[in-house]
Amino acid sequence: MSDADSNKTDTSPSARASRRTFIKGVIASGVAVSAAGYVVYERYGSASRVAGSVERLVTLNVNGKLRRVDVLPQETLVQTIRYKLGLTGTKLGCDHSECGACSVMIDDVSTYSCSTLTHSVRGRKITTIEGIEGPNGELHKVQKAMITELGPQCGFCTPGQVVSAVALLKHNPTPTVDEARRGMSGNLCRCGAYDHYLKAVMTASREA
Amino acid sequence: MAYKLIGKNFAPVDVEAKVTGRAKYAEDFRADNMVFCKTLTSSIPHAKIRSIDTSEALKIPGVLGILTADDVPQFPPPALPILAKDEVFYVGEPILAVAAESELIAAEAIEAIKIDFQQLPHVVDPLESLFPGGPDARSNGNVAAGQIKLQTVKWDAADFAAAGDTMMPMGHPAEEWAYGNVDAGFKAAKVTIDENFVTGTYSHNCMETRTTFAYWQGGKCFLHGSNQSHTAAIANIARYIGIAPDNLVFIAEYCGGGFGSKIPGYPNMAIAALMSKKINRPVMHRITRTEEYGIGAARPGFQGHVKMGFAADGKLLAADLYIVQESGPSPTAGDFRAAGNAMTLMYQPAAMRFRSVPVLTNTVPVGAHRGPGENQLASVIEPMFDKAARQLNVDRIAIRKINAPDSSGKIGKERGPLTSAFQKECLQKAADLFKWNERKKKSGQKVGNKVTGIGIGQGYHSAGTNGFDGLLRITADGKLHIHTGIGNLGTYSHSATARVAADMLNVNWENAVIERGDTRRGLPFNSPQAGSLSSSTQSRTMYVAALDMKAKLTDIAAQMLGGKADDYDLGQETVVHKGDAKKSITFKQAAEKAIALGGKYSGKEVPDDLNPITKSAVAMIAGSGLIAAAKDSLPRVGVTPGLSTSMAEIELDLETGTFTIKEMLCTVDVGTVLHPQGLGHQISGGNIMGIGMAHLEHHIYDPKLGIPAAVGFHQGKLPTYLDVPVEVAWAAVEKPDPQNPIGVKGVGEPVLGSGAACITSAIADALDGHLFNRTPVSPDMILNHLGGRPPAHKLFQVNTV
Repeated sequence: MSDADSNKTDTSPSARASRRTFIKGVIASGVAVSAAGYVVYERYGSASRVAGSVERLVTLNVNGKLRRVDVLPQETLVQTIRYKLGLTGTKLGCDHSECGACSVMIDDVSTYSCSTLTHSVRGRKITTIEGIEGPNGELHKVQKAMITELGPQCGFCTPGQVVSAVALLKHNPTPTVDEARRGMSGNLCRCGAYDHYLKAVMTASREA
Repeated sequence: MAYKLIGKNFAPVDVEAKVTGRAKYAEDFRADNMVFCKTLTSSIPHAKIRSIDTSEALKIPGVLGILTADDVPQFPPPALPILAKDEVFYVGEPILAVAAESELIAAEAIEAIKIDFQQLPHVVDPLESLFPGGPDARSNGNVAAGQIKLQTVKWDAADFAAAGDTMMPMGHPAEEWAYGNVDAGFKAAKVTIDENFVTGTYSHNCMETRTTFAYWQGGKCFLHGSNQSHTAAIANIARYIGIAPDNLVFIAEYCGGGFGSKIPGYPNMAIAALMSKKINRPVMHRITRTEEYGIGAARPGFQGHVKMGFAADGKLLAADLYIVQESGPSPTAGDFRAAGNAMTLMYQPAAMRFRSVPVLTNTVPVGAHRGPGENQLASVIEPMFDKAARQLNVDRIAIRKINAPDSSGKIGKERGPLTSAFQKECLQKAADLFKWNERKKKSGQKVGNKVTGIGIGQGYHSAGTNGFDGLLRITADGKLHIHTGIGNLGTYSHSATARVAADMLNVNWENAVIERGDTRRGLPFNSPQAGSLSSSTQSRTMYVAALDMKAKLTDIAAQMLGGKADDYDLGQETVVHKGDAKKSITFKQAAEKAIALGGKYSGKEVPDDLNPITKSAVAMIAGSGLIAAAKDSLPRVGVTPGLSTSMAEIELDLETGTFTIKEMLCTVDVGTVLHPQGLGHQISGGNIMGIGMAHLEHHIYDPKLGIPAAVGFHQGKLPTYLDVPVEVAWAAVEKPDPQNPIGVKGVGEPVLGSGAACITSAIADALDGHLFNRTPVSPDMILNHLGGRPPAHKLFQVNTV
């Protein structure tokens, strides 16, 4: 469609593709595309993405349970847990490792699940917000403190904040305020609820 | 009256769901047979669409349908369309949507669609568009806003020549007003401040993108969306979909941030709904962070000039304000107008002239952003008051106090009245708590390469209105159901204001049930959750509905036990005879009786003056208990101002141009405090957003290509834990507003403006009073100033680094 007319711009996404030809090949070859195929990592004005190839059945340890799930090679953990395991407490805020709304714990370390390949965490201990509560549904001390200190505002970043706070206290049970804010600094909150979250972390750190 | 609940902290009904991840936002819902849609968005800033070829896309297996502008309701330009029809106005504008079995297939189909664009000249700088022969953002005009019709405005070359290199050119305005004798005021002034200013455009950047999920059942559209208002948005969302409001079931229990960008619904919401109708499948329209930048709104920037004449005591005698607004491609922001209004209220100038041109640009659509207009003005004008104070040798608190409004203050060019204003007290309270007189001695003190700056800022937004409906119900189990149509923006006002009804009816909070978030629960017509309104409007509607409930309860008691309604009063969830405590009925008995009585008691009959949305809500719950429904017709004359004062101490590093906020404090004039913890949350959150506005957040547009370069959180630079003080201390003046039955005013927005202003003021204070007259103040600006170098940006350039 592109021609020499300078007023006429070929802006079809494929005109700017880099790996696009390869992607088309994969899709056109009739390889099964999962109904749960979600677009990951998108940049402006194009729908660039890594398209699916073959799903593999893997076993994941999520919140203490072994879950069998079909996973694409390029699938991120947030996709798997939100869209395949139905654990929607983990939020997708940016999909670019910028905000921390997707934070989960991998072996007790807070991790951006939007930027973690699911295949890379096989055999590791994955804890989502749904796994923070005790076995009988009792709230974790961080969650209790988040209620008494009224941590959340809109609440969208809250699951990630809770997960990061729990991970922080696992490694540093009695942080200073400065250590706590540094530990939490990978989690953005647009409402600016930082000081309430921080108070909750400090309150929780004083609980047994 | 003494309150049991009002003024006390509590755990709002939705907070546990938020900390456990059980709170469901629009994208957390699923349905059988659910499919996905994605939009194709414009990759160039301004073009005619010559043709669209979707033939290859439709051949892809799994593609279910394509929605174009021809499939959706049309609105007369320059209103934003749902999907662009003939012309695109910015990078990121939705043109069409594709539905497919998976998102990957939808994206693949979008790749296969060919659009033939004819590129048109574009503009990202308002002054460039006003220049003779300058480009227009739309092919039929470059100026529009609210009551200002789409038109083409070009200034004379002479206007630009007269301004030279140092002044803002000020040609013919699109809007102009004045009151008092401005010339005489300037003539009498002892000190005149004459400054240009620029405030940057920046995105709302809500954490939750505006994902929509929709399906149809029984002729009704079920829509899960992210919206800050609930029932106030229904008519508008229905209009976008092209259905009657009664046919919309709107589910929005949670909203992951709005800040003004999700007030009355938005065009994009209709895409999932109309696609679902077209292909007869539930449709999830997930919005990515990048797409959100294009459709998620932004605070419009200003290019401006202000002249202020002060008397020897600091009184503002005359003000002359000119604002050129960067309006994006459609007339969606009235910030310029609000800024002029704020000037008339905050500083009570004896005379003032206001001129403005809202100029369309090929940047993302702008819209209300937490204190739209008032806060841009505050961020640049408050440091100018510091400059005037220095020149007059007047204290910086004193110059603000002498100009600040009290309850006899006036607003607007018409000099209208206020319901109450206690800004002088607000300033004094902040000065006392911050130990201003002691602390100001630290101004400019250097230790090594660090210098201290002490800043002060004020904020204003109107914070109350009236005319909405209240709806309460006592069910046969004796519970009080508090129906609220306000949204859930995260302020907890849905619960805090509900406590007004529980308090008035003497109900234990554990026996109150808040009905919200889903129109099927019977939600009355309430105000938008915006404009710092909900605390004020909802306390009023709760009050009138509780009065109606009390009247019905005592009426029923009289019918059951004899005597007149006036003989009875409310006990603890009971109705008791004033003279004989043995004669009483429980709320449970009253509800059972109401169901038996029918008519007005059980909602079978409703007052005529209720909004149709409230009437529909009552119809849903009629017969299920004792129902009280009333319109807020209580009198209210004048503007209800929410007011704030912020103070900060910063330590600025002369070698890096960065600074640390050592302490920050904010006082507010909000009338009666409903919920201290929730109020404190709004205050600190607003001040933190103000920190972002003052020195971090920005848009960057490539002027040659019209492509945005600050898309998303990282490049947009919203504040993190490490950019803000550990705590924002706060206090309220606590003077009830006489025109609200509980004395309540709101304050969600002013606190952002005062927060931003105290930071720009502190920066100036640290630098011997140097004014940048610009937001955001970036480290390179500070370093260039300290090194005696010119700034990296042009004088009036907007959207700078």
